[in-house]
Amino acid sequence: MIVPLGHVFLLAGIIFAMGLVCLVAHRNLIMTLVGVEVMMNAAAIAFVGASLRWQLMEGQAFMLFILAVAAAEVSVGLALVVSVYRRTGSIDPDRYDILKW
Amino acid sequence: MTLYAAIFYLLAIVILTATGLAITRRQPVHAVLYLIVAFLGTAALFFLLGAPLLAAFVVIVYAGAIMVLVLFAIMLFHRSPRELGLLSEWGPATLLGILFLAVAAAMVFKDPGSGIVLQGAIAQPKDFGLFLFDRYWLAVEIVSILLLVALVAIIQLGKGRGADDDDPGVGEGHR
Repeated sequence: MIVPLGHVFLLAGIIFAMGLVCLVAHRNLIMTLVGVEVMMNAAAIAFVGASLRWQLMEGQAFMLFILAVAAAEVSVGLALVVSVYRRTGSIDPDRYDILKW
Repeated sequence: MTLYAAIFYLLAIVILTATGLAITRRQPVHAVLYLIVAFLGTAALFFLLGAPLLAAFVVIVYAGAIMVLVLFAIMLFHRSPRELGLLSEWGPATLLGILFLAVAAAMVFKDPGSGIVLQGAIAQPKDFGLFLFDRYWLAVEIVSILLLVALVAIIQLGKGRGADDDDPGVGEGHR
């Protein structure tokens, strides 16, 4: 007997909303990636909680794939940020105006 | 309240506090360090919810590999860009988050299944590994291809455009 399933989902929802706020509010590309990580963490918590609720291991298997996708996403995202920093000298997305003339 | 429930709520407080501190920091280094605390709490939560192998993976991959990668990437930048004031972007973003949270909470608690109390169970690592490679071996292979593609993309992006401009004669033949 641990806790009701709704509490696990509520925890995941609060963490997801925090990640959403971090994603939208910051103007630093690193913090944007951090927000995406937080949201994926929330999704993983929801999957593992549901896996325990129905006593099936599919949720845990899916969390493993979320882990791999998060690793690929953050590594490619950081490579993109470094690449765009080399071109423009800034990681502030508001400064990216080389298409303007 | 059982002992497991107390541990769950304690871990929830730790995770929420660390995540809340992480998303409000101005300096990305501080944010990443707080996020490591949040991921360690998540690993303990997975252990509580009966997934010891995933708890180990979260410690190794999330808190270990990914966060160290982000920390090293932060060191490549000179300084963080200036942040906006508290009300210009934080206000709408927080409003959006609270709205999302209200809708999500209403949906979760409207479902009668949300009141079902979780029964403790543990997926042993051996059973989980056998299950994964028995039922989802194709997905595991696809994920490995995804990681390979990400690796190739990172090498291509990390090479930069300066390497090609320096010796234009060599680059033609290899592409």
